[in-house]
Amino acid sequence: MCTVCGCGGHSVEDQFKAHLEKTGQAMAAPTAPLAVLAQAPASVAAHSKPHDHGTIDAQGAECTHDFHLGRGPAGTEVPGMTQARLVEIETDILSKNNNYAARNRENLAQKSVFATNLVSSPGSGKTTLLVKTIEMLGAAPLAVIEGDQQTTNDADRIRATGAPAIQVNTGKGCHLDGAMIEQALARMPLPDGALLFIENVGNLVCPAAFDLGEDAKVAILSVTEGEDKPLKYPDMFAAAGLALINKVDLAPHCDVDLDLYESNIRRVNPAIEVLRVSARTGEGMQAWLDWLRAGLARKAS
Amino acid sequence: MHEMSIVEGIRSVIEEAGQTQGFARVTKVRLEIGRMSGVEIPALEFAFDVVMNGSLAQGATLEIINLPGKAVCFDCEENVEIEHRLDTCPRCGGARLLVQGGDEMRIKDLEVL
Repeated sequence: MCTVCGCGGHSVEDQFKAHLEKTGQAMAAPTAPLAVLAQAPASVAAHSKPHDHGTIDAQGAECTHDFHLGRGPAGTEVPGMTQARLVEIETDILSKNNNYAARNRENLAQKSVFATNLVSSPGSGKTTLLVKTIEMLGAAPLAVIEGDQQTTNDADRIRATGAPAIQVNTGKGCHLDGAMIEQALARMPLPDGALLFIENVGNLVCPAAFDLGEDAKVAILSVTEGEDKPLKYPDMFAAAGLALINKVDLAPHCDVDLDLYESNIRRVNPAIEVLRVSARTGEGMQAWLDWLRAGLARKAS
Repeated sequence: MHEMSIVEGIRSVIEEAGQTQGFARVTKVRLEIGRMSGVEIPALEFAFDVVMNGSLAQGATLEIINLPGKAVCFDCEENVEIEHRLDTCPRCGGARLLVQGGDEMRIKDLEVL
């Protein structure tokens, strides 16, 4: 690699040929490249100058061709110029994940599938809510991707309802990513116009950053978790399009203020929709189903 | 602890760039990290040293450019700059701010040999 202009090649001579071609100049003499490089030409014009050994003389070296250019860390040297160069990257750190997510989103759009990414802390009732939702949706086509570090318990619970489910075990991983969803989608039948539920690993932090290709993140918060949870873990609520306050049937027993839950969620994300539900009693579930059906209708149009 | 996955993302971008742009070593990595990105800088720095071992960027310096948080206030309808997601509007004191920038996580450039 030429450290002056960045032209490619492996040996110094090849690089210099490429460099000269790039700068539109003929090679003066086969021995020229090393010496010219040593001169650190400041301009393109300087490349074609006949070389002399002035700089080397000035450094007290003998006027021969035996001098070493490769003492710097790059294995070559261009005086007057630092060996390091800057490579503009300008790439999102999660660009790889985002590429997978974009592919998933495209696949799902082609099938008019409405996909939700269910995120919450462990124990907020995601799986119970899903089981109830599936029962209430009846014959509507749907599929579930379950994410957990270990066990197939959640997928087993979903399959018990008759719905197709695939379990992704992340091992030590704290979130699902776009590539996992792509693999899961390849292994499961997903009819056109279906609802896809992706139950993320129970974790209110990391899944916020990883796009899976879903239409919306749905953050689930149960009333036993404390009104200030959205303030303690704002990223997830900021990333979500809908928040479900679950287990509202327990509210009277927990001395909680549901309005405060809601206002704290909106404090983090003024644009979010909030629904109060109880998967156990079915309270508020109809509004959640309506939200899902509206999303599905938008995908179909 | 997703700083580890984030750094793995950085590593794979660097390895790919090394192949396409032909460099053998990275001496400095500059990242742009928004205040609202949810990235914990000390955790990122720790993960960086661990994950870059054995890569082109082993031993590279990590430089982080902090980008400010940007939000639009639903009360005064102005674009404002904020430090934290839960800040109130610095102009009108309103609490309903919609964050619009500051969640960046980008590799800006690399200093390479």
